[in-house]
Amino acid sequence: MRKVVISLLIVMLAMAPAAVLFASGSGEQDGAERHAFVFKNTGNPYGDKQMEGFEEGIVEQGGEAILRAPDQPTAEAQIQIVDQLVAQQVASISITGNDFDALEPVLSRAMDGGISVLSADSAVNPDSRMVHINQADSEMIGRTLIQAAYDMADGAGDIAILSATSQASNQNLWIEWMRTELEENPDKYADLELVRVAYGDDLRDKSVSETEALLQSYPDLEVIIAPTTVGIAAAGRVITDRDLIGEVYVTGLGLPSEMAEYIQNGATPYMFLWNPIDVGYLTAYAATALTSGDITGAVGETFSAGRLGEFEIVESGDGGTQVLLGAPFRFDPDNIDEWKDVY
Amino acid sequence: MSDQIRIGITRERNWREFFFQWEWILVGVLLLVIAVNTWISPYFLNFNTFIRTPATFLDKAFIVFPMMFVLILAKIDISVGSTVALSAVIMATAYNAGLPMPLAMLLCLTVAGIGGAINGWLLVKFKELSFVIVTLSTMIIYRGIAYIILGDQAAGGFPEWFSYLGWGEIFGVPFIFLAFIATAIAFGLLLHKTTFGRAVFGMGRNALASRYSGVNVDRVVFTVFMLNGLMAGVTALFLTSRMGSTRPNVATGYELEVIAMVALGGVSTSGGIGRIGGPILAVFIIGFLSYGMGLANLRAPIVLVVIGSLLIASVLVHRIRFRSKKKINSTV
Repeated sequence: MRKVVISLLIVMLAMAPAAVLFASGSGEQDGAERHAFVFKNTGNPYGDKQMEGFEEGIVEQGGEAILRAPDQPTAEAQIQIVDQLVAQQVASISITGNDFDALEPVLSRAMDGGISVLSADSAVNPDSRMVHINQADSEMIGRTLIQAAYDMADGAGDIAILSATSQASNQNLWIEWMRTELEENPDKYADLELVRVAYGDDLRDKSVSETEALLQSYPDLEVIIAPTTVGIAAAGRVITDRDLIGEVYVTGLGLPSEMAEYIQNGATPYMFLWNPIDVGYLTAYAATALTSGDITGAVGETFSAGRLGEFEIVESGDGGTQVLLGAPFRFDPDNIDEWKDVY
Repeated sequence: MSDQIRIGITRERNWREFFFQWEWILVGVLLLVIAVNTWISPYFLNFNTFIRTPATFLDKAFIVFPMMFVLILAKIDISVGSTVALSAVIMATAYNAGLPMPLAMLLCLTVAGIGGAINGWLLVKFKELSFVIVTLSTMIIYRGIAYIILGDQAAGGFPEWFSYLGWGEIFGVPFIFLAFIATAIAFGLLLHKTTFGRAVFGMGRNALASRYSGVNVDRVVFTVFMLNGLMAGVTALFLTSRMGSTRPNVATGYELEVIAMVALGGVSTSGGIGRIGGPILAVFIIGFLSYGMGLANLRAPIVLVVIGSLLIASVLVHRIRFRSKKKINSTV
């Protein structure tokens, strides 16, 4: 009997690696140029939409898209993925960075190997990329969110920010612009105080507990600004569950499909976002333009991005270059119904 | 009297036979992993995979060796991931405050060694405390201190030469790979060729008997935990070098990955059993398995499930075989 169990277990031991075979599904198509997209972590609906758009853009140009995301939102996990992509000799790597600087060694190695590297949505430093694909002008996002908070708080009270990870470069840039907006208009914002920046790490449970902590520590809190889709949904949930609708407002950047409930119940009077599918789609076209040599990532170059039209490369605030998708779009109770099924 | 000697010899042969077989199972699994990887990805089977790829997963492998000693003592240390974070954060902060880099690296190892020594001291001083609770507490405390020092920020800006640790190569072989081999030899000799190693095995089998036969058991426990901390400091150096910067949340979960490698390597959590070859094989099995699945672009959760299944299957095989041997021993 024992022998049977042992041999059974040894077979299981052997099966574990073999199971990979079945899970891996169909092999790769021959000849197609392969472009990779690396998001911050798995289980992020916003990232899924970006990857969806990237795949659409690559496939309609006849290429093959490789979509990757680590299980933890850390730079070390992304480094391992990039290493694996370099070994596969992909044509391009588009990455949504978990850290501004930490990916530089591995990404410069990829570029040395002839792979086009670009960042999308959350930038990596200018030395580790050829161009950055930005959703919207960071200054406009930051300033708009503070003006929204001012509007919701009726000009007075405490406001707090619930961000993603402390190293997320896009969120950090927006927060920088939020602070600038506050500092440059001291008279207008005299009664508005930014009390804290909390980090929910784009994890749902941590975002929920950080929101609870904010409510506990700041009883006069009027508005929570969450410039991340995971954070804003978590904050909306907490405000709704705690019956604080009308006392504490949530705004920021959110997915219409996830936020429809909170926009309709009043927890979030309005919020902003661009179309993450379009961010991925634009990234796909920038990636192929880089690998074909149409662009090099220098200021002034233009390329066409399928259904989105022509784009120009411009200077970005961090000393590198970027491509801007467009202005952020406002979602409120009047238009949420038509958008909530789109993304 | 002569009876007992005979029994001792029989037992010795049984153990040897058992380990021999276990390591062969691991070699088989490793070959299978390589075969499957070669099959599912055309990019797997080449020189680079076997020489350069290990650099991507060897950083945590330095802790595997002292952790083996900990498990052989029938204890466990779950604070090492936090020790990595704390020593890395202190090194980065000290360097940015003006300390020369070589001294900052020395400080990193010192902090890590002290971190391990505190675990050892607590266990020796307060014998009523469980090693799980002690290392759980220091795991929370060490990472907490790292967060107090750096908050939610990253620290880096190290000199250019520091990146050599994680990225440098000697005749095409990564420096970290060579360091791993040297560490493996050192710990292999320490475990199998010294009185210290024999004392560790003896204590794992029967701590009381070891004490009565004149082994300074307290000093052995203290040294083993200090070594564990020290090697976490080595991991901190390599990890920070590869990343170019560090944060308080680095190396989260490393302790579990390390313990998984040691367990897969045939080191029993009930103590007294283990050979250096098993965990070394396990490092490469888990490393190549996740690398190969990455090359095949499998989703991250699938990778976790496969490694988890491999681990539980191996531990179960080990358990059943171990119990059968133990039964024989007890009947004798």
